[in-house]
Amino acid sequence: MDLLADVLAWFFDPDNWQGTAGIPNRMVEHVRLSALATLLAAALAVPSGVLLGHSGRGGLLAVSVVNIGRAIPSFAVIALALPFSIRMGLGIGFWPTFLALVLLALPPIFTNSFTAVRSVAAEVVEAARGMGMREREVLLGIELPLGAPLILTGVRVASVQVVATATLGALVGWGGLGRYIIDGFSVQDNVRVFAGALLVAGLAILTDVLFNVTERVLFAAGRRRVRRAPAEAGTSALNVRG
Amino acid sequence: MSEASIRLDQVSKWYAGASAPAVEELSMEMPAGQVTALVGPSGCGKTTILKMINRIIEPTSGRIEVGGRDIQGLDPHALRRGIGYVIQQVGLFPHRTVDENIATVPKLLGWDRRRTERRIEELIEMVGLEPEMGNRYPGELSGGQQQRVGVARALAADPPVLLMDEPFAAVDPIVRVRLQDELRSLQAQLQKTIVFVTHDIDEAIKLGDQVAILDVGGVLRQYGRPEEVLREPANAFVEEFLGKERGLRRLSLIAVRDVSLEDGPTVSADAGPAEAREVMAREGVDWVAIVRNGELRGWVWESELESGRKVGDLSVRPFLVRVSADSTLREALDAIVTSHNQVAVVYDGDRYAGMLTLSRISENLVP
Ligand SMILES: Nc1ncnc2c1ncn2[C@@H]1O[C@H](COP(=O)(O)OP(=O)(O)OP(=O)(O)O)[C@@H](O)[C@H]1O
Ligand SMILES: [Mg+2]
Repeated sequence: MDLLADVLAWFFDPDNWQGTAGIPNRMVEHVRLSALATLLAAALAVPSGVLLGHSGRGGLLAVSVVNIGRAIPSFAVIALALPFSIRMGLGIGFWPTFLALVLLALPPIFTNSFTAVRSVAAEVVEAARGMGMREREVLLGIELPLGAPLILTGVRVASVQVVATATLGALVGWGGLGRYIIDGFSVQDNVRVFAGALLVAGLAILTDVLFNVTERVLFAAGRRRVRRAPAEAGTSALNVRG
Repeated sequence: MSEASIRLDQVSKWYAGASAPAVEELSMEMPAGQVTALVGPSGCGKTTILKMINRIIEPTSGRIEVGGRDIQGLDPHALRRGIGYVIQQVGLFPHRTVDENIATVPKLLGWDRRRTERRIEELIEMVGLEPEMGNRYPGELSGGQQQRVGVARALAADPPVLLMDEPFAAVDPIVRVRLQDELRSLQAQLQKTIVFVTHDIDEAIKLGDQVAILDVGGVLRQYGRPEEVLREPANAFVEEFLGKERGLRRLSLIAVRDVSLEDGPTVSADAGPAEAREVMAREGVDWVAIVRNGELRGWVWESELESGRKVGDLSVRPFLVRVSADSTLREALDAIVTSHNQVAVVYDGDRYAGMLTLSRISENLVP
């Protein structure tokens, strides 16, 4: 109970809302890094996943390879990237963290993009080809719009993971909300650790919610249509013609 | 390609890794403006044949001509835009409205908006949908309606050739019969070259101007007009495929209008009981139908006749089995048998045309 009260007090302390170490700045750092990493991962994984899904060749192999990446802890990536980053003059902090986050975001986005295209009903694609659509038209006009919800889901899952994992950046000297946790640990300030954890968790949940809302707005029409089973209305219309 | 017949010349298809060909050296011609029904057991290569015509599948060897041109020399996309394609699972685009689905090929061909819209309107009406359905999504339609949209979409750019792969297999029997009837009357106007795949011999007989009966491996066992095939099955395979009801199936090829109808036991409304009894005796029945001014009023049992009263003054029973002169003998037979009657009353439009008896139908049963 005490801890909670202290955490609450921490949040109400105006000092924690100002300057480089203030919540707004840390939040911006955190969001910016996460967004950049997710965007780059999406820019790489969506086109490649979609194209491989369309051609159907070597896709499963690629999915397995990309998924091996999931087994490597992000912290290991940061640690491994650190010496290279220093040698290349990129410094510690941002670049190793960024690299680790991009690698973290790739598998879910790639896998979902691949699956999204693969799972478009075969007869729909066959009908499209049968009517004379070129491969590009099949991909852009049929497979991509029909796969879009699943692709966006991949991006959502990835971005939530990225937001949570970006905390690690603090270990190698980067900012972001992880600072509260890491710095709190080093000075044994449990209140700050707890507050930092709350902030990261809150941001992750917010990310998830925002994506869900976006999905709902973008694909609302389609979903409503699927839910309202229309067979009955149709049959009666037929009967009227009888 | 307005006169677009389809010619297959020694066409074979070996799928990769298969131990036997799906289609082997098939040669046949599907005449322009007619319906050719491909029928045969599952796996006999019907779909393969169809897909080779629009080059979704490339033949291993042989030559296919559409409208006199070797399709191997054509751009496959251009070829397909000139061939309507309807598949069993319909394959409508779920993210596009009915109108947008129908507009697919016109859009690929670069039609302007006005022309496309006019065409959509025309097609919606042609396939028997309501105009306001155009804004719906395929998921909001019944199976039968979806199939109609599939047909409209295939017809959109008015292609001379239509390939239909078991288009009505997924709808219930009642809707299927209606769709078949509609396709038939549509074809009477449009006269497309249609290749219609089905594994239902009755459907093939009903819709096909020609019926091609295929065996496994794409072997053509018999090819001819439905009545020919029914009358003279070329071999045991065809005979077995046609089944025991071959005679019954023949009935669905004969229109009621084409058999000579009987007057039946009819008397005029002015007749008395004596005259009525005479007619019954002559026809060997115990009932009589009453006609006034060329119109059938109904019928009475012999036991209901009253001496001294004209038959026209009796209260009559209505005829329950009425068939149109345009229906087939098979339909008339169904109507008679299911109502436990012996005759059907035939109307040509509103006009009483005569009576069709079970014995008259059975004369047409023997091949
Ligand atoms: N893509 C494919 N790869 C390998 N074999 C195939 C392929 N498509 C069809 N086949 C085989 O070729 C043969 C003919 O298949 P096809 O689909 O043409 O038959 P069908 O007459 O249309 O059958 P159904 O009535 O079941 O639709 C079958 O033995 C089938 O297994
Ligand atoms: Mg088939």
